[in-house]
Amino acid sequence: MTLVLEAVRLSRRFGGVRAVSDVSLALHRGTLHAVIGPNGAGKSTLVNLLSGELAPDAGSILVDGIDVTGWANWRLARAGIGRSFQRTNVMAGMTVLENVRLAAQAVLVPGRRLLRPAAREAAPLRAARAALLRVGLEEVADLVAATLSHGQQRLLEIALALAVQPRVLLLDEPLAGMGAEESERLAALLRDLARDHAVLLIEHDMDVVFSVADSVTVMVDGRVLERGAPDWIRDSVAVRDAYLGHDV
Amino acid sequence: MVLASLRLNLFFLMLAGLLAAAPLYAQPYYLELASTALVAAMFALSLQLLVGGAGLVSLAHAAFFGLGAYAVPLMTRFLGAPPSILVTLTAAGMLAGGAALGVGALALRTRGFFFLMSTLAFGQLFYFVFHDSPLGGGSDGLFIQRPVFGVGSLVFQVSRADRPAVLLALNLGLLALMYAGLHALMRTLFGRALLGIKANEHRMAATGHDVRALKLAAFALAGLLAGVAGHMAAVTDAFVNPDLLGWHRSASALLMVLLGGIGTLYGPILGAFAFTALAEASQSITERQGLVEGVVVLAVVLALPRGLAGLGRR
Repeated sequence: MTLVLEAVRLSRRFGGVRAVSDVSLALHRGTLHAVIGPNGAGKSTLVNLLSGELAPDAGSILVDGIDVTGWANWRLARAGIGRSFQRTNVMAGMTVLENVRLAAQAVLVPGRRLLRPAAREAAPLRAARAALLRVGLEEVADLVAATLSHGQQRLLEIALALAVQPRVLLLDEPLAGMGAEESERLAALLRDLARDHAVLLIEHDMDVVFSVADSVTVMVDGRVLERGAPDWIRDSVAVRDAYLGHDV
Repeated sequence: MVLASLRLNLFFLMLAGLLAAAPLYAQPYYLELASTALVAAMFALSLQLLVGGAGLVSLAHAAFFGLGAYAVPLMTRFLGAPPSILVTLTAAGMLAGGAALGVGALALRTRGFFFLMSTLAFGQLFYFVFHDSPLGGGSDGLFIQRPVFGVGSLVFQVSRADRPAVLLALNLGLLALMYAGLHALMRTLFGRALLGIKANEHRMAATGHDVRALKLAAFALAGLLAGVAGHMAAVTDAFVNPDLLGWHRSASALLMVLLGGIGTLYGPILGAFAFTALAEASQSITERQGLVEGVVVLAVVLALPRGLAGLGRR
Protein backbone atom coordinates (compact mmCIF):
# COMPACT_ATOMS: atom_id res chain seq x y z
CA MET A 1 0.00 0.00 0.00
CA THR A 2 2.58 2.60 -0.97
CA LEU A 3 1.21 6.00 -1.75
CA VAL A 4 1.95 6.80 -5.40
CA LEU A 5 -0.20 9.72 -6.42
CA GLU A 6 -1.61 12.40 -4.21
CA ALA A 7 -3.88 15.24 -5.26
CA VAL A 8 -4.33 18.06 -2.80
CA ARG A 9 -7.34 20.38 -2.99
CA LEU A 10 -7.53 20.47 -6.79
CA SER A 11 -9.80 23.03 -8.38
CA ARG A 12 -10.59 23.88 -11.96
CA ARG A 13 -13.28 26.10 -13.35
CA PHE A 14 -14.58 26.61 -16.88
CA GLY A 15 -15.94 30.12 -17.07
CA GLY A 16 -18.42 30.31 -14.21
CA VAL A 17 -18.65 26.55 -13.74
CA ARG A 18 -16.63 24.93 -10.97
CA ALA A 19 -15.96 21.63 -12.71
CA VAL A 20 -13.68 20.40 -9.95
CA SER A 21 -13.67 22.10 -6.60
CA ASP A 22 -11.34 21.38 -3.72
CA VAL A 23 -10.92 17.69 -4.46
CA SER A 24 -8.21 15.73 -2.65
CA LEU A 25 -7.34 12.17 -3.45
CA ALA A 26 -4.69 9.57 -2.67
CA LEU A 27 -3.95 6.54 -4.82
CA HIS A 28 -2.01 3.58 -3.45
CA ARG A 29 -0.29 0.79 -5.28
CA GLY A 30 -2.32 -2.41 -5.11
CA THR A 31 -5.68 -0.73 -4.67
CA LEU A 32 -8.49 0.31 -6.94
CA HIS A 33 -10.20 3.55 -6.13
CA ALA A 34 -13.45 4.27 -7.92
CA VAL A 35 -14.92 7.71 -8.53
CA ILE A 36 -18.65 7.77 -9.15
CA GLY A 37 -21.16 10.53 -9.55
CA PRO A 38 -23.86 11.81 -11.88
CA ASN A 39 -23.01 13.22 -15.31
CA GLY A 40 -21.36 16.59 -15.01
CA ALA A 41 -20.00 15.83 -11.55
CA GLY A 42 -16.45 16.58 -12.72
CA LYS A 43 -15.12 13.02 -12.85
CA SER A 44 -13.56 13.30 -16.31
CA THR A 45 -12.18 16.74 -15.50
CA LEU A 46 -10.53 15.21 -12.44
CA VAL A 47 -8.85 12.57 -14.63
CA ASN A 48 -7.81 15.28 -17.09
CA LEU A 49 -6.21 17.23 -14.24
CA LEU A 50 -4.39 14.18 -12.88
CA SER A 51 -3.08 13.20 -16.33
CA GLY A 52 -1.94 16.70 -17.32
CA GLU A 53 -4.50 17.23 -20.06
CA LEU A 54 -5.64 20.23 -18.06
CA ALA A 55 -3.78 22.41 -15.59
CA PRO A 56 -5.50 22.99 -12.24
CA ASP A 57 -6.41 26.53 -11.17
CA ALA A 58 -5.48 25.65 -7.62
CA GLY A 59 -4.16 22.72 -5.67
CA SER A 60 -1.26 20.41 -6.32
CA ILE A 61 -0.46 16.95 -7.59
CA LEU A 62 2.36 14.82 -6.21
CA VAL A 63 3.81 11.65 -7.68
CA ASP A 64 6.07 9.79 -5.25
CA GLY A 65 6.15 12.96 -3.21
CA ILE A 66 7.43 15.07 -6.11
CA ASP A 67 5.34 18.07 -7.06
CA VAL A 68 4.23 17.58 -10.68
CA THR A 69 1.55 20.27 -10.72
CA GLY A 70 1.32 21.91 -14.13
CA TRP A 71 3.34 19.26 -15.95
CA ALA A 72 2.18 18.55 -19.50
CA ASN A 73 0.54 15.22 -20.30
CA TRP A 74 3.63 13.75 -21.98
CA ARG A 75 5.83 14.47 -18.97
CA LEU A 76 3.31 12.92 -16.61
CA ALA A 77 3.12 9.84 -18.83
CA ARG A 78 6.88 9.51 -18.50
CA ALA A 79 6.54 9.99 -14.74
CA GLY A 80 4.39 6.87 -14.58
CA ILE A 81 0.82 8.06 -15.12
CA GLY A 82 -1.07 6.05 -17.73
CA ARG A 83 -4.62 6.80 -18.75
CA SER A 84 -7.39 5.57 -20.98
CA PHE A 85 -10.00 7.80 -22.57
CA GLN A 86 -13.75 7.78 -22.24
CA ARG A 87 -14.12 7.98 -26.02
CA THR A 88 -11.82 5.59 -27.83
CA ASN A 89 -8.74 7.56 -28.83
CA VAL A 90 -6.27 5.42 -30.78
CA MET A 91 -4.18 5.56 -33.95
CA ALA A 92 -7.09 4.15 -35.96
CA GLY A 93 -5.28 3.47 -39.24
CA MET A 94 -2.40 1.54 -37.68
CA THR A 95 -2.22 -2.05 -36.52
CA VAL A 96 -3.04 -2.90 -32.93
CA LEU A 97 0.57 -3.89 -32.31
CA GLU A 98 1.96 -0.64 -33.78
CA ASN A 99 -0.49 1.36 -31.65
CA VAL A 100 0.77 -0.22 -28.47
CA ARG A 101 4.41 -0.29 -29.61
CA LEU A 102 4.27 3.47 -30.20
CA ALA A 103 2.71 3.94 -26.77
CA ALA A 104 5.60 2.02 -25.22
CA GLN A 105 8.28 3.73 -27.30
CA ALA A 106 8.47 7.16 -25.68
CA VAL A 107 8.89 5.88 -22.15
CA LEU A 108 11.17 2.95 -22.92
CA VAL A 109 13.57 4.40 -25.49
CA PRO A 110 15.77 7.39 -24.67
CA GLY A 111 15.74 10.23 -27.20
CA ARG A 112 19.28 9.64 -28.37
CA ARG A 113 18.25 6.25 -29.78
CA LEU A 114 15.40 7.66 -31.87
CA LEU A 115 17.32 7.23 -35.10
CA ARG A 116 17.59 3.46 -34.75
CA PRO A 117 15.36 1.30 -36.94
CA ALA A 118 12.13 0.57 -35.07
CA ALA A 119 12.30 -3.12 -35.95
CA ARG A 120 15.61 -3.46 -34.13
CA GLU A 121 14.49 -1.90 -30.86
CA ALA A 122 13.22 -4.85 -28.82
CA ALA A 123 12.04 -3.20 -25.60
CA PRO A 124 8.94 -1.40 -26.94
CA LEU A 125 7.92 -4.46 -28.94
CA ARG A 126 8.25 -6.66 -25.88
CA ALA A 127 6.28 -4.21 -23.76
CA ALA A 128 3.59 -3.97 -26.45
CA ARG A 129 3.23 -7.75 -26.67
CA ALA A 130 3.04 -8.00 -22.89
CA ALA A 131 0.34 -5.30 -22.70
CA LEU A 132 -1.69 -6.99 -25.44
CA LEU A 133 -1.37 -10.35 -23.71
CA ARG A 134 -2.53 -8.87 -20.43
CA VAL A 135 -5.72 -7.37 -21.87
CA GLY A 136 -6.31 -10.37 -24.13
CA LEU A 137 -5.77 -8.78 -27.54
CA GLU A 138 -2.69 -10.75 -28.59
CA GLU A 139 -4.65 -12.60 -31.27
CA VAL A 140 -5.69 -9.42 -33.08
CA ALA A 141 -2.26 -7.77 -32.83
CA ASP A 142 -1.83 -7.53 -36.59
CA LEU A 143 -5.29 -6.15 -37.37
CA VAL A 144 -5.84 -2.47 -38.12
CA ALA A 145 -7.21 -0.80 -34.98
CA ALA A 146 -10.22 0.68 -36.77
CA THR A 147 -11.45 -2.80 -37.70
CA LEU A 148 -11.73 -3.99 -34.09
CA SER A 149 -15.09 -4.43 -32.38
CA HIS A 150 -16.13 -1.78 -29.88
CA GLY A 151 -15.26 -4.01 -26.95
CA GLN A 152 -11.82 -4.75 -28.39
CA GLN A 153 -11.19 -1.05 -28.95
CA ARG A 154 -11.99 -0.43 -25.27
CA LEU A 155 -9.40 -3.06 -24.39
CA LEU A 156 -6.91 -1.42 -26.75
CA GLU A 157 -7.46 1.82 -24.81
CA ILE A 158 -6.32 0.03 -21.67
CA ALA A 159 -3.41 -1.65 -23.47
CA LEU A 160 -2.19 1.79 -24.60
CA ALA A 161 -2.33 3.02 -21.02
CA LEU A 162 -0.48 -0.08 -19.83
CA ALA A 163 2.23 0.19 -22.46
CA VAL A 164 3.71 3.32 -20.91
CA GLN A 165 4.70 1.15 -17.90
CA PRO A 166 2.62 3.23 -15.51
CA ARG A 167 2.45 2.97 -11.77
CA VAL A 168 -0.84 4.87 -11.79
CA LEU A 169 -3.65 3.87 -14.13
CA LEU A 170 -6.44 6.37 -14.71
CA LEU A 171 -9.32 4.59 -16.43
CA ASP A 172 -12.14 6.82 -17.68
CA GLU A 173 -15.26 4.67 -18.14
CA PRO A 174 -13.51 1.65 -19.62
CA LEU A 175 -16.79 -0.29 -19.70
CA ALA A 176 -18.76 2.28 -21.70
CA GLY A 177 -20.91 0.53 -24.29
CA MET A 178 -19.77 -2.99 -23.40
CA GLY A 179 -22.02 -6.03 -23.25
CA ALA A 180 -22.66 -8.01 -20.06
CA GLU A 181 -20.18 -10.80 -20.81
CA GLU A 182 -17.47 -8.35 -21.89
CA SER A 183 -18.07 -6.29 -18.75
CA GLU A 184 -17.54 -9.32 -16.56
CA ARG A 185 -14.26 -10.13 -18.24
CA LEU A 186 -13.14 -6.52 -17.98
CA ALA A 187 -14.03 -6.45 -14.28
CA ALA A 188 -11.69 -9.39 -13.80
CA LEU A 189 -8.99 -7.51 -15.74
CA LEU A 190 -9.47 -4.43 -13.52
CA ARG A 191 -8.95 -6.53 -10.41
CA ASP A 192 -5.84 -8.00 -11.97
CA LEU A 193 -4.48 -4.55 -12.89
CA ALA A 194 -5.06 -3.30 -9.36
CA ARG A 195 -2.62 -5.88 -8.01
CA ASP A 196 0.44 -4.06 -9.36
CA HIS A 197 -0.85 -0.56 -10.08
CA ALA A 198 -2.60 2.25 -8.30
CA VAL A 199 -5.87 2.35 -10.22
CA LEU A 200 -8.37 5.16 -10.45
CA LEU A 201 -11.61 3.99 -12.04
CA ILE A 202 -14.42 6.17 -13.28
CA GLU A 203 -17.45 4.07 -14.00
CA HIS A 204 -21.22 4.24 -14.20
CA ASP A 205 -21.87 0.51 -13.87
CA MET A 206 -22.48 0.26 -10.13
CA ASP A 207 -22.39 -3.53 -10.01
CA VAL A 208 -18.87 -3.47 -11.38
CA VAL A 209 -17.80 -0.57 -9.18
CA PHE A 210 -19.00 -2.23 -5.98
CA SER A 211 -17.47 -5.55 -6.95
CA VAL A 212 -13.97 -4.32 -7.87
CA ALA A 213 -13.35 -1.14 -5.87
CA ASP A 214 -11.41 -1.06 -2.61
CA SER A 215 -12.68 2.42 -1.89
CA VAL A 216 -15.10 4.82 -3.52
CA THR A 217 -15.32 8.58 -3.86
CA VAL A 218 -18.66 10.09 -4.73
CA MET A 219 -18.53 13.40 -6.58
CA VAL A 220 -21.43 15.77 -7.07
CA ASP A 221 -21.14 19.21 -8.68
CA GLY A 222 -17.35 19.06 -8.68
CA ARG A 223 -17.09 18.32 -4.98
CA VAL A 224 -16.43 15.21 -2.96
CA LEU A 225 -19.71 14.22 -1.34
CA GLU A 226 -18.63 11.01 0.39
CA ARG A 227 -15.69 8.72 0.53
CA GLY A 228 -15.35 5.24 1.97
CA ALA A 229 -15.53 1.50 1.55
CA PRO A 230 -17.96 0.28 -1.14
CA ASP A 231 -20.41 -1.20 1.35
CA TRP A 232 -20.49 1.95 3.38
CA ILE A 233 -21.05 4.09 0.27
CA ARG A 234 -23.88 1.81 -0.84
CA ASP A 235 -25.65 2.33 2.47
CA SER A 236 -24.97 6.06 2.77
CA VAL A 237 -28.15 8.09 2.90
CA ALA A 238 -26.49 11.19 1.49
CA VAL A 239 -25.18 9.29 -1.53
CA ARG A 240 -28.52 7.62 -2.06
CA ASP A 241 -30.26 11.00 -2.06
CA ALA A 242 -27.76 12.72 -4.28
CA TYR A 243 -27.10 10.08 -6.81
CA LEU A 244 -27.88 6.41 -6.39
CA GLY A 245 -31.53 7.00 -5.64
CA HIS A 246 -32.11 8.44 -9.07
CA ASP A 247 -30.13 5.91 -10.99
CA VAL A 248 -30.38 2.54 -9.33
CA MET B 1 2.66 6.34 -45.08
CA VAL B 2 3.46 3.22 -47.06
CA LEU B 3 7.10 2.66 -47.97
CA ALA B 4 8.00 1.11 -51.30
CA SER B 5 8.85 -2.60 -51.34
CA LEU B 6 12.33 -3.72 -52.30
CA ARG B 7 10.99 -4.70 -55.73
CA LEU B 8 9.45 -1.31 -56.35
CA ASN B 9 12.66 0.40 -55.22
CA LEU B 10 14.67 -1.74 -57.66
CA PHE B 11 12.24 -0.65 -60.36
CA PHE B 12 12.85 2.99 -59.38
CA LEU B 13 16.59 2.32 -59.50
CA MET B 14 16.15 1.05 -63.05
CA LEU B 15 14.25 4.19 -64.03
CA ALA B 16 17.01 6.27 -62.44
CA GLY B 17 19.54 4.34 -64.53
CA LEU B 18 17.58 5.12 -67.67
CA LEU B 19 17.49 8.79 -66.71
CA ALA B 20 21.21 8.79 -65.89
CA ALA B 21 21.90 7.44 -69.38
CA ALA B 22 19.77 10.21 -70.96
CA PRO B 23 22.79 12.18 -72.26
CA LEU B 24 23.38 9.23 -74.62
CA TYR B 25 20.03 9.56 -76.33
CA ALA B 26 18.39 12.91 -75.49
CA GLN B 27 18.80 16.51 -76.62
CA PRO B 28 20.36 18.98 -74.13
CA TYR B 29 16.99 20.72 -73.85
CA TYR B 30 15.42 17.59 -72.42
CA LEU B 31 18.35 17.08 -70.07
CA GLU B 32 17.67 20.53 -68.67
CA LEU B 33 13.98 19.75 -68.42
CA ALA B 34 14.82 16.55 -66.53
CA SER B 35 16.97 18.58 -64.12
CA THR B 36 14.04 20.93 -63.52
CA ALA B 37 11.87 17.92 -62.71
CA LEU B 38 14.54 16.44 -60.43
CA VAL B 39 14.86 19.68 -58.47
CA ALA B 40 11.07 19.87 -58.15
CA ALA B 41 11.09 16.25 -57.01
CA MET B 42 13.65 17.01 -54.27
CA PHE B 43 11.52 19.93 -53.12
CA ALA B 44 8.28 17.93 -53.12
CA LEU B 45 10.00 15.02 -51.37
CA SER B 46 11.27 17.30 -48.60
CA LEU B 47 7.72 18.59 -48.15
CA GLN B 48 6.42 15.03 -47.96
CA LEU B 49 8.35 14.54 -44.72
CA LEU B 50 5.98 17.11 -43.25
CA VAL B 51 2.74 16.35 -45.08
CA GLY B 52 2.82 12.57 -45.42
CA GLY B 53 5.20 12.05 -42.51
CA ALA B 54 3.86 14.19 -39.70
CA GLY B 55 0.57 15.53 -41.06
CA LEU B 56 1.85 19.12 -41.16
CA VAL B 57 0.78 21.31 -44.08
CA SER B 58 3.16 24.26 -44.41
CA LEU B 59 3.16 27.24 -46.76
CA ALA B 60 6.60 28.37 -45.58
CA HIS B 61 8.39 25.56 -47.33
CA ALA B 62 9.33 27.62 -50.40
CA ALA B 63 11.01 30.16 -48.13
CA PHE B 64 13.54 27.48 -47.14
CA PHE B 65 13.86 26.43 -50.77
CA GLY B 66 14.57 30.04 -51.75
CA LEU B 67 17.03 30.56 -48.88
CA GLY B 68 18.95 27.55 -50.17
CA ALA B 69 18.99 29.10 -53.63
CA TYR B 70 20.15 32.52 -52.40
CA ALA B 71 22.89 30.83 -50.38
CA VAL B 72 24.79 30.44 -53.67
CA PRO B 73 25.16 34.16 -54.56
CA LEU B 74 25.45 35.14 -50.90
CA MET B 75 28.35 32.74 -50.34
CA THR B 76 30.01 33.85 -53.58
CA ARG B 77 29.77 37.47 -52.50
CA PHE B 78 30.90 36.70 -48.96
CA LEU B 79 33.97 34.77 -50.13
CA GLY B 80 34.74 37.02 -53.09
CA ALA B 81 34.86 34.20 -55.66
CA PRO B 82 32.68 31.19 -56.53
CA PRO B 83 33.42 28.60 -53.81
CA SER B 84 33.28 24.84 -54.06
CA ILE B 85 29.82 23.38 -54.54
CA LEU B 86 30.32 21.51 -51.27
CA VAL B 87 30.64 24.86 -49.50
CA THR B 88 27.51 26.36 -51.08
CA LEU B 89 25.54 23.15 -50.54
CA THR B 90 26.47 23.03 -46.85
CA ALA B 91 25.71 26.71 -46.45
CA ALA B 92 22.34 26.28 -48.18
CA GLY B 93 21.35 23.39 -45.96
CA MET B 94 22.43 25.16 -42.79
CA LEU B 95 20.81 28.46 -43.69
CA ALA B 96 17.51 26.83 -44.65
CA GLY B 97 17.57 24.35 -41.78
CA GLY B 98 18.39 27.09 -39.28
CA ALA B 99 15.58 29.29 -40.59
CA ALA B 100 13.19 26.34 -40.43
CA LEU B 101 14.22 25.68 -36.85
CA GLY B 102 13.40 29.26 -35.93
CA VAL B 103 10.15 29.42 -37.85
CA GLY B 104 9.10 25.99 -36.58
CA ALA B 105 9.81 26.88 -32.95
CA LEU B 106 7.24 29.67 -33.24
CA ALA B 107 4.75 28.30 -35.78
CA LEU B 108 4.47 24.87 -34.13
CA ARG B 109 2.95 26.51 -31.07
CA THR B 110 -0.22 26.53 -33.19
CA ARG B 111 -2.14 23.73 -34.87
CA GLY B 112 -4.24 23.07 -37.96
CA PHE B 113 -5.54 26.15 -39.72
CA PHE B 114 -3.58 28.53 -37.48
CA PHE B 115 -0.39 26.64 -38.19
CA LEU B 116 -1.09 26.95 -41.93
CA MET B 117 -1.66 30.71 -41.60
CA SER B 118 1.41 31.31 -39.45
CA THR B 119 3.61 29.44 -41.94
CA LEU B 120 2.12 31.60 -44.70
CA ALA B 121 3.06 34.72 -42.74
CA PHE B 122 6.60 33.55 -41.95
CA GLY B 123 7.14 32.41 -45.53
CA GLN B 124 6.06 35.77 -46.96
CA LEU B 125 8.32 37.50 -44.45
CA PHE B 126 11.33 35.84 -46.07
CA TYR B 127 9.92 36.55 -49.52
CA PHE B 128 9.73 40.28 -48.85
CA VAL B 129 13.23 40.38 -47.36
CA PHE B 130 14.60 39.36 -50.74
CA HIS B 131 11.95 41.19 -52.76
CA ASP B 132 12.36 44.59 -51.09
CA SER B 133 16.00 44.70 -50.05
CA PRO B 134 19.14 44.85 -52.18
CA LEU B 135 20.43 41.75 -50.42
CA GLY B 136 19.87 39.47 -53.41
CA GLY B 137 19.25 41.80 -56.33
CA GLY B 138 15.76 42.88 -55.25
CA SER B 139 12.63 42.01 -57.15
CA ASP B 140 14.45 41.48 -60.47
CA GLY B 141 16.49 38.63 -59.16
CA LEU B 142 20.09 37.93 -59.95
CA PHE B 143 22.10 36.05 -62.53
CA ILE B 144 24.66 34.11 -60.54
CA GLN B 145 28.02 32.43 -61.03
CA ARG B 146 27.81 28.71 -60.51
CA PRO B 147 29.98 27.27 -57.73
CA VAL B 148 33.08 25.29 -58.62
CA PHE B 149 32.54 21.59 -59.22
CA GLY B 150 35.24 20.17 -56.98
CA VAL B 151 37.17 20.57 -53.74
CA GLY B 152 40.49 22.32 -53.25
CA SER B 153 42.80 21.62 -56.18
CA LEU B 154 40.64 18.80 -57.52
CA VAL B 155 38.39 20.76 -59.84
CA PHE B 156 36.35 19.53 -62.76
CA GLN B 157 36.15 22.04 -65.55
CA VAL B 158 32.71 21.57 -67.01
CA SER B 159 32.30 22.84 -70.54
CA ARG B 160 29.11 24.52 -71.64
CA ALA B 161 28.25 21.52 -73.79
CA ASP B 162 28.70 19.03 -70.96
CA ARG B 163 26.90 21.10 -68.35
CA PRO B 164 23.33 19.77 -68.83
CA ALA B 165 24.57 16.17 -68.48
CA VAL B 166 26.67 16.96 -65.39
CA LEU B 167 23.81 18.82 -63.72
CA LEU B 168 21.43 15.99 -64.52
CA ALA B 169 23.75 13.45 -62.90
CA LEU B 170 24.24 15.69 -59.85
CA ASN B 171 20.52 16.31 -59.37
CA LEU B 172 19.69 12.67 -59.88
CA GLY B 173 22.33 11.59 -57.39
CA LEU B 174 21.11 14.04 -54.74
CA LEU B 175 17.48 13.04 -55.23
CA ALA B 176 18.42 9.36 -54.90
CA LEU B 177 20.38 10.12 -51.72
CA MET B 178 17.51 12.13 -50.29
CA TYR B 179 14.98 9.42 -51.10
CA ALA B 180 17.15 6.66 -49.64
CA GLY B 181 17.78 8.73 -46.52
CA LEU B 182 14.10 9.52 -45.93
CA HIS B 183 13.15 5.92 -46.69
CA ALA B 184 15.51 4.80 -43.93
CA LEU B 185 14.37 7.63 -41.63
CA MET B 186 10.72 6.64 -41.85
CA ARG B 187 11.63 3.18 -40.54
CA THR B 188 13.35 4.51 -37.44
CA LEU B 189 11.66 5.12 -34.11
CA PHE B 190 11.62 8.82 -35.03
CA GLY B 191 9.85 8.14 -38.33
CA ARG B 192 7.31 5.87 -36.67
CA ALA B 193 6.64 8.50 -34.03
CA LEU B 194 5.97 11.07 -36.78
CA LEU B 195 3.45 8.72 -38.37
CA GLY B 196 1.85 8.26 -34.97
CA ILE B 197 1.56 12.04 -34.61
CA LYS B 198 -0.04 12.24 -38.03
CA ALA B 199 -2.52 9.53 -37.01
CA ASN B 200 -3.36 10.87 -33.53
CA GLU B 201 -1.25 13.65 -32.09
CA HIS B 202 -3.20 13.83 -28.85
CA ARG B 203 -2.83 10.16 -28.01
CA MET B 204 0.87 10.26 -28.83
CA ALA B 205 1.33 13.07 -26.31
CA ALA B 206 -0.75 11.21 -23.76
CA THR B 207 1.59 8.23 -24.06
CA GLY B 208 4.68 10.28 -23.31
CA HIS B 209 5.86 11.55 -26.69
CA ASP B 210 7.23 15.08 -26.73
CA VAL B 211 5.13 15.87 -29.75
CA ARG B 212 6.33 19.43 -30.26
CA ALA B 213 10.01 18.49 -30.21
CA LEU B 214 9.41 15.67 -32.69
CA LYS B 215 7.49 17.96 -35.03
CA LEU B 216 10.15 20.64 -34.73
CA ALA B 217 12.89 18.16 -35.65
CA ALA B 218 10.89 17.09 -38.71
CA PHE B 219 10.20 20.71 -39.66
CA ALA B 220 13.88 21.68 -39.42
CA LEU B 221 15.05 18.63 -41.36
CA ALA B 222 12.44 19.20 -44.07
CA GLY B 223 13.58 22.83 -44.29
CA LEU B 224 17.20 21.76 -44.61
CA LEU B 225 16.32 19.37 -47.44
CA ALA B 226 14.23 22.07 -49.13
CA GLY B 227 17.34 24.26 -48.91
CA VAL B 228 19.36 21.57 -50.69
CA ALA B 229 16.68 21.46 -53.42
CA GLY B 230 16.73 25.25 -53.70
CA HIS B 231 20.50 25.24 -53.90
CA MET B 232 20.31 22.85 -56.84
CA ALA B 233 17.66 25.04 -58.48
CA ALA B 234 20.09 27.97 -58.33
CA VAL B 235 23.03 25.91 -59.57
CA THR B 236 20.94 24.44 -62.38
CA ASP B 237 19.43 27.70 -63.62
CA ALA B 238 22.26 30.09 -62.67
CA PHE B 239 19.52 32.50 -61.70
CA VAL B 240 17.65 33.37 -58.52
CA ASN B 241 14.68 35.63 -57.89
CA PRO B 242 12.33 36.26 -54.95
CA ASP B 243 9.58 34.13 -56.50
CA LEU B 244 11.60 31.12 -55.38
CA LEU B 245 10.53 31.96 -51.82
CA GLY B 246 6.91 32.89 -52.49
CA TRP B 247 3.95 30.94 -51.17
CA HIS B 248 2.91 30.07 -54.74
CA ARG B 249 5.88 27.79 -54.92
CA SER B 250 4.90 26.14 -51.63
CA ALA B 251 1.44 25.64 -53.06
CA SER B 252 2.70 24.02 -56.24
CA ALA B 253 4.89 21.67 -54.19
CA LEU B 254 1.76 20.76 -52.22
CA LEU B 255 0.03 20.12 -55.55
CA MET B 256 2.86 17.82 -56.57
CA VAL B 257 2.52 15.93 -53.30
CA LEU B 258 -1.24 15.68 -53.82
CA LEU B 259 -0.86 14.69 -57.45
CA GLY B 260 1.62 11.96 -56.62
CA GLY B 261 -0.17 10.80 -53.49
CA ILE B 262 0.29 11.67 -49.82
CA GLY B 263 0.16 8.04 -48.79
CA THR B 264 3.61 7.05 -50.06
CA LEU B 265 7.12 8.42 -49.80
CA TYR B 266 7.78 8.12 -53.53
CA GLY B 267 4.45 9.66 -54.58
CA PRO B 268 5.73 13.27 -54.60
CA ILE B 269 8.58 12.28 -56.94
CA LEU B 270 6.04 10.93 -59.43
CA GLY B 271 3.96 14.04 -58.82
CA ALA B 272 6.88 16.38 -59.53
CA PHE B 273 7.70 14.62 -62.80
CA ALA B 274 4.05 14.58 -63.84
CA PHE B 275 3.68 18.26 -62.92
CA THR B 276 6.80 19.27 -64.87
CA ALA B 277 5.72 17.22 -67.89
CA LEU B 278 2.24 18.69 -67.69
CA ALA B 279 3.56 22.25 -67.57
CA GLU B 280 5.78 21.53 -70.58
CA ALA B 281 2.99 19.90 -72.58
CA SER B 282 0.40 22.58 -71.83
CA GLN B 283 2.92 25.28 -72.70
CA SER B 284 3.26 23.85 -76.20
CA ILE B 285 -0.53 23.75 -76.66
CA THR B 286 -1.73 27.05 -75.25
CA GLU B 287 -0.65 30.26 -73.60
CA ARG B 288 -3.12 29.62 -70.80
CA GLN B 289 -1.09 26.85 -69.28
CA GLY B 290 -2.32 27.49 -65.75
CA LEU B 291 -5.82 26.61 -66.90
CA VAL B 292 -4.75 23.30 -68.44
CA GLU B 293 -2.69 22.43 -65.38
CA GLY B 294 -5.56 23.23 -63.05
CA VAL B 295 -8.07 21.11 -64.93
CA VAL B 296 -5.72 18.13 -65.16
CA VAL B 297 -4.71 18.32 -61.48
CA LEU B 298 -8.36 18.58 -60.48
CA ALA B 299 -9.26 15.59 -62.63
CA VAL B 300 -6.42 13.48 -61.23
CA VAL B 301 -7.22 14.36 -57.64
CA LEU B 302 -10.92 13.56 -58.15
CA ALA B 303 -10.28 10.32 -60.03
CA LEU B 304 -7.30 9.13 -57.99
CA PRO B 305 -7.73 10.01 -54.32
CA ARG B 306 -4.43 8.31 -53.55
CA GLY B 307 -2.67 10.13 -56.36
CA LEU B 308 -0.52 8.65 -59.10
CA ALA B 309 1.14 6.34 -56.56
CA GLY B 310 -2.28 4.76 -55.97
CA LEU B 311 -2.53 3.68 -59.62
CA GLY B 312 -0.75 0.39 -59.12
CA ARG B 313 -2.46 -0.54 -55.87
CA ARG B 314 -6.20 -0.72 -56.07
